[in-house]
Order: sequence, then structure tokens, then C-alpha cells
Amino acid sequence: MKPSGIRAFFDLVLGMKDVISLGVGEPDFVTPWEIREAGITSLEQGFTSYTSNKGLLKLRLAIHSYLKNTFGISYSAEDEILVTVGVSEGVDLALRAIMNPGDKILVPMPSYVSYGPMTELAGGIPVYIDTRKDDFKLTPQNLKKHIDPKVKGIIFNYPANPTGVSYTRKELEQLKKVLIGHKILCITDEIYCDLTYDFTHTAFPSLPGAKEYTLYLNGFSKSFAMTGWRVGYACGPKDLIAAMTKIHQYTIMCVPITSQMAACEGLHSSQQSVENMKREYKRRREFVVTRLNKIGLKCHMPQGAFYAFPSVRKTGMNGLKFAQKLLTAQKVAVVPGTAFGDEYTDNIRISYATAFEKLKEALLRMETFVRTHRK
Amino acid sequence: MDEILEILEKDARVTPEEIARMTKKKVADVKKKINQYEKDGVILKYKAVINREIVKVRNEEVRALIEVNLVPQKDLGFDKVAQRIYSFPEVASCFLVSGTYDLLLIVRGRDIHTVSRFVAEKLSPMENVRGVVTHFMLKKYKEDGVMLKQKEEDKRIAISY
Repeated sequence: MKPSGIRAFFDLVLGMKDVISLGVGEPDFVTPWEIREAGITSLEQGFTSYTSNKGLLKLRLAIHSYLKNTFGISYSAEDEILVTVGVSEGVDLALRAIMNPGDKILVPMPSYVSYGPMTELAGGIPVYIDTRKDDFKLTPQNLKKHIDPKVKGIIFNYPANPTGVSYTRKELEQLKKVLIGHKILCITDEIYCDLTYDFTHTAFPSLPGAKEYTLYLNGFSKSFAMTGWRVGYACGPKDLIAAMTKIHQYTIMCVPITSQMAACEGLHSSQQSVENMKREYKRRREFVVTRLNKIGLKCHMPQGAFYAFPSVRKTGMNGLKFAQKLLTAQKVAVVPGTAFGDEYTDNIRISYATAFEKLKEALLRMETFVRTHRK
Repeated sequence: MDEILEILEKDARVTPEEIARMTKKKVADVKKKINQYEKDGVILKYKAVINREIVKVRNEEVRALIEVNLVPQKDLGFDKVAQRIYSFPEVASCFLVSGTYDLLLIVRGRDIHTVSRFVAEKLSPMENVRGVVTHFMLKKYKEDGVMLKQKEEDKRIAISY
């Protein structure tokens, strides 16, 4: 497996002082206090043991209720829900559970960095689907072109990192028809579901007939600003969850109990905090995207998550060059598009999970930078 | 609440142009709305929240929470009496509350004597004031949702996927 090409650039950022970073892939809010407090209390009370491999029953029950109330899907807390170390572990378990050597996994691109490498680690072949010509959106036509009998599954992330693209219920219906028609397992990474701005998020398994072909992955990192706690969950057909639990019990054993107790509290009491965060992100999104387009960095309006994925083509530089020069000239950090796929040389990823004051300053600096570098 | 108010309540220095971008409204409309809010007294004032714990002003003022028991005035209830009290410039805030007393005041003064004098000479002798209990504030931890402590730095690593 080849090493990540932009590691050197990351090291450059980390070695520099006083940088305004728009390169962070996690919320800028700290975990809401009631959740942190629940974690502290659980420690005080001496909850320091292992839990059931599948995760605390009360957490699985809370997840069951949340999914039922929010998206109208019902997963049994008993044998259809597994608590994982973030969505990352969920993807890994799923791939290892389903893959035979030579099986293929579809990965719409650009994508979060781990899907391809994890597929390879599990002995499979990632099939990358370029979405540039459709504004980074997977279409049924494009999808069909990549399907053959060796395709076992798709890793489908929406709202997406790094593009912020998401899908309406109607669009998902069309994709579902193609996928289910070919009996392809849909591994959906819906970690940004609570950060959907222009329409209501539809959970893939809530589409009629989709549940038995879906492995639904979600977690607490983004909605509850709990990235460092490492709690996620996988929901799916009984057999698949059982196979994944087998791997999980030998490799991980269980998610740390403190994190599980805190996550429980999140589902019980922090929906208002989630709503507040979302409102704040939405405002930043409007601000950032209109500014980027005005500066001359063409950018589609993302429907979710907290990323914008503008093109820097107009400057005559590729994304990596742009990021390097912007960093040294203006001390603003962004992530080159190639971090998310070799072809995405024209783009950079901007995270607006940054305090408004800083965003404002960063965009001013970018404006100056682009003005002096326009072709 | 209108989004414009929500944004300004958090940060009064956000400009109409920025609000327009954030909310997808026209700048002129945002300006018009803000003007109207100011005229209607919806927006009363723009001010900074100062962390006095850090500033350590030389003539630092003291603050006291004062519980006041009132005798309500016939036909007028508490409002008229309250007005006579909150019109004093020393009274920074005034609330009518339920429970064992009627008014809760936040009173400011140059020092402890100034506040004491206000209580002894102005507040207590008032005709409709039945009794007062004064609590001098020792330390302020949080005000209007803002925690009064040193700014915390961003603990995230500067770049990640």
C-alpha cells in the first residue's frame, strides 16, 4: 500500500506556528458539558470495567430509539446493533467480514482517506468512481458503469467528506434501485447525518426494501463533537452483525466504558446542542461558499458536513502547490484535494469547523493570496 | 427569534454584509431590519462583555445581590415600587421573582461602603420596602452564558482528514 502522498505537507503545517487552520476534520466545538460530566461521573462511580462485546445494552437501546424516532428504522438492540471504535472500525469490520480475495468494493470519489486502503487490507479491490463531471455526486448512470459480478459492496458516505455533497430521498431511491438490483451490500457512512442543511437527511436503510442490503454506520464524533471519545455503531442484518462481532471481540474486545456511558448521555440529553451546532455551521457555510466564489475559487454549495471543496484552477496552481504557497505566504492551512484521491489535483478542502472570527480572517488572507497569484 | 437577532446577540460586531451572506438575505434588507429593531427598542444597546477578573481595574467596583421584600401598592402592585427602586443608577439589574422575597437587585458601587450607604440610606428607608438582605459578590464565574476565564486555545491538531 502506498504511503499517503501529502504527509510531508501535513508535517509542514504541524511544524508551523500561528497558522489559521481550515484543515481540521473535526468540529471546533468541545463535547457538550452534560456529556463530559456524564463521563466524569461514570469514573467517579467506578465504571472502569469491560462491557459486553456488542456494547452496553443501555447504549444499544438508546441507539435503537434514536434511529427509530429520527429516521423510522428499527434495529434490534439485541442482535442488530454493534458499538464500534468510531465509524472507522465499523468499515474495517464490515470489509473483513464480507470479503473474499478478489472481491470488489465500489468507492465514489473523492472520498474519505481510509475506504480504499481498508478494502485492500481486507484482501479486496477498490473500484474508484470518479464523480467530477456530476459536481461530485454519484449518479445511477455512473454507478451502473462500474458494476460487474465481482462487485460485492459499496462504501457510500453522505453527507460526504471532503465535498459536503449529500443526497435527497429521491436521489437515494434511484441509487438504491441499481444497487439492490445487483444485490450489492451498501455500507453507508452517515456520520455527518445531523449536519444536513437544505433538506432532511434520509437514512439509507429507511428506504423501502433497503434494510436487508444495508450496513448502516454512524457515531457520535460529528453530531456530538466527540471525536476523541471514539464511539460509533454499526447496524445491519443479524448475520452480518454476528460476523463483525466475532472479529470485534478478538481484536478490540469492547469500546472503552467511559466513552460508552458518555455517548448514552449524548443521545438522552444533547439534541438541543446538536441543533445549535448545526445552525452555526449553516451560517458559516453560506458565508464561506459565497466568499470563495467571489474570490474566484469556484465552489459548489455543499449540502452537508462542514467542508467546502473549491477548485483553485484559476490560479494556475494545483491544489498541493496552492496549499503549500498559501501556508508559507499567508499562514492559512487547507488540505490539498489529492489527499482524497489522486485525480483531485484542482481542488482543496476547506473545513468551516472554525470560529467565525478566524474564518473571516482566513478568507481575507486567501483573497489577498489569490489576487496576487491570478493568472 | 429572528436569525439576525440571534447572530447579533452572540457577536454584535458582525457586520450587516456578513449577516446577509450568512443568512442569504440582501444587505439592504438586513440593514433595514436592524434599524427597525433599534427604533423599536428590540435592540437596546451594543456592548462588550469584559472579564474584570483579568483587568483588575484600580478602582474596581463591587457588586451586591440584594433581596428586597416589598409591600405592594394598592392598584399598582409591584411595578410602581419597583420603578422607584430601579431608577437609581446604582441598580444595574432588577428582577421581580417568586419565592421568599419580591425583588432581586444587582447593585454596583465604587466600594463596599458606597453600596452599604445605598442600602442603608436609600433602599431600606423607602416606604414600601419591608426588608432587605445584601449579598456581596466575591467572584464571578459566568455571566450571560459567557464563562469568565482565560481564552482557551484550540486543542485540535492543526490538520486532519
